[in-house]
Amino acid sequence: MSQNAITIESLEENLKVLARQRAIYSVLFIGAIIFIVVSGVGVANQYNAGSFTRGVENFFDYPADLFSDAFEAGWGWFGIVLSFIPALFETFSAAVFSTVVGASIALILCPLATINLSPNQVTVQIVRRTFDILRSFPELVFALILLYLMGKSIVPAIIAVTLHTIGAMGKLFSEAIENIDMKPVDGLKSVGASWYQIICFAVYPQVLPLVLSYSLLRLEINVRASTILGFVGAGGIGAYLTASLQWRYGDEVLAIMFLLVATITALDYFSSYVRHKLIGKISA
Amino acid sequence: MSIAVYDREVSFQEIYQSVEKKAYYQKLITLVSIGAILLYFVFSIIQFDLGSISRKWSPERASRLFLDTYAHKDHVVMNWKDTSKISVNFEGDYRYQYPSFPEWLERIGDGKDIAILTFNSGSKAIFRDDKIIFEQSKSEDRKFIFGIGDNGKPYAEAYDNDGNEKDLPNWIRVTESKVEVRPSLYERIQIYKRKVEVHRYEFGWKYFWFDFFSPLKDYSLPEALSLIFSNERIEPDKTNFELVFSEISDNEQWMHGTVLFSILETLLMAVLGTLLASLLGLPLAFLAAYNITPFKFIRFSLRRLFDMLRGIDMIIWCLIFVRSFGPGLFTGIFAIAFTDTGTLGKLMSEAIENADNKQQEGVKSTGASTILQHRFGIIPQIMPVFISQSLYYLESNTRGAVILGAMGAGGIGLQLLGAIRTGNDFENVGYMAVLIVLLVTVMDQMSAFLRRFLIGIEKN
Repeated sequence: MSQNAITIESLEENLKVLARQRAIYSVLFIGAIIFIVVSGVGVANQYNAGSFTRGVENFFDYPADLFSDAFEAGWGWFGIVLSFIPALFETFSAAVFSTVVGASIALILCPLATINLSPNQVTVQIVRRTFDILRSFPELVFALILLYLMGKSIVPAIIAVTLHTIGAMGKLFSEAIENIDMKPVDGLKSVGASWYQIICFAVYPQVLPLVLSYSLLRLEINVRASTILGFVGAGGIGAYLTASLQWRYGDEVLAIMFLLVATITALDYFSSYVRHKLIGKISA
Repeated sequence: MSIAVYDREVSFQEIYQSVEKKAYYQKLITLVSIGAILLYFVFSIIQFDLGSISRKWSPERASRLFLDTYAHKDHVVMNWKDTSKISVNFEGDYRYQYPSFPEWLERIGDGKDIAILTFNSGSKAIFRDDKIIFEQSKSEDRKFIFGIGDNGKPYAEAYDNDGNEKDLPNWIRVTESKVEVRPSLYERIQIYKRKVEVHRYEFGWKYFWFDFFSPLKDYSLPEALSLIFSNERIEPDKTNFELVFSEISDNEQWMHGTVLFSILETLLMAVLGTLLASLLGLPLAFLAAYNITPFKFIRFSLRRLFDMLRGIDMIIWCLIFVRSFGPGLFTGIFAIAFTDTGTLGKLMSEAIENADNKQQEGVKSTGASTILQHRFGIIPQIMPVFISQSLYYLESNTRGAVILGAMGAGGIGLQLLGAIRTGNDFENVGYMAVLIVLLVTVMDQMSAFLRRFLIGIEKN
């Protein structure tokens, strides 16, 4: 038997070592998680304004308050729900507007950010870094500054959400474009098409379904974002939510929450339906 | 010339025409959709009154605000009644008065001149008993005189070198009670009936490490750090090490201790929230998967629970929790944990249902119990998905935690909201914005690294 031959004993030995290693890793990992949870909860409890146990006890008080308020309002509650629809529409159309503008700008810019299509590599880096900065800068910061500058209206929210959308969508789109089939591009190149024509006729048609499905997903996120920004001062339904919360009108708060949940759920279902259709189209 | 298509002869002419027709329709569709989008823009511009931006938006105000985020200023104030006293305050705060004149302000005892202030650009403002003389470095042939006239109102005059009076430039605004002079972003002179106030801007964040009252305020950071290793104590009752770090963290203007602690709070919110969500979501996902749980009732109710947790938005959970737990970390942690338990539960139960059952059958064939079958037949398959999804949520929850903070959960979001609402600490806003971007970027990179590392191990 040669020196290098694998014996069953050595294999078993090897397996044992591996198993021990694995066990050590698992124990360390679980230990780290337990440590984070325990110490984190400890820190949180120390710096929280209310205590944890009291919070758990009181957890259902607030929802109960809301529902009892709404119950007292009786059938009038549905009237309250209807009365917030214009505000919801404002927030929703702000989200739609910023999604459309953001997606359009990202779509125009992203061929410049892909290595296989861009006219030169310097632009690739510049556009990509711009996308990164726009993406990682929280829209809240930007919206708060703009609100301070321009006064309370929904416009700062639109600008902030649009900028964030450009960053997020630009990255996704340019990744999608990087993965396209290059054959149509080569085909158009071979007949002497210009760069602009290549982008229009070989690139965009390939990524269009993906772009649409990402945009729908983004719309859902943007509805949430513009609600939150309304909450800190940019009109729409978020502003009404702040007011109702401060005045403790439980029925109105519940009405707004209901509208928000309904909108987001409806959008969720709609976008997943459309996405399935679009993705079905791609694979077909 | 013609070719055979299916069973009939089609001329090139016909093919050409049909292609042309198709292209025409496609062009039409594109144009119509672009037109619809443009129409929508017009509608939105009217709806949101976007035209009002141009009225509300003043680039001057924005640039001054931006200036505040990266520059600091000193106020020099002189009262016309008692010109012997000139006070120099950092950022115009009455507490931050310099005990002696800084080097750019020179007191001159003789003659009518009282003091000379030199701006960064080399321009000079000469303080006198009854007026301020402003000499610009760029145009040496021009001189400006500001003061209080006999009627008690402030005035402004411009002269050339020969003493001829000239027209006032547009950066000098004269009103009944005030003359406002702003030759550049970094220089500003205001003349009131009772006093004159000069703002001198300088680039950079001042007193960033040690604040105005700190015993170390004249030290730079490396100097202060080298103090740690020196023998002599600056304050007799503290070691230098303690002193340097307590001075940095208790910095009154920048509040490093508070800001860093709230960054940690935000991070803790995101990490704990995601961790709780994944610890809760995975077992629940098993219970909600049809190939694991035979009871339809449990599956159905868990599915609806996931839908509810997911459908009620993170902000709404935050509002509910703020009432029961009070403003603080728990609010944020639970808001994140609830929402993501729903999302992760749904995703993971789908992943479990899609898992290949051959591995499970293999384990079963060795006579393993049901639990062992799941442990070795299913978990290895879904683990990569689980880890990468959890890390993605960790990443996006870091962003979310900042926003939850502003809505009442504390952390850096709340600090930022406070700094912006006060309106005069824009350097702090800039500082916190930079920290937030850093936090988000670091979390992005870390989760990408962990994803590669952990899933790499899984594959081996």
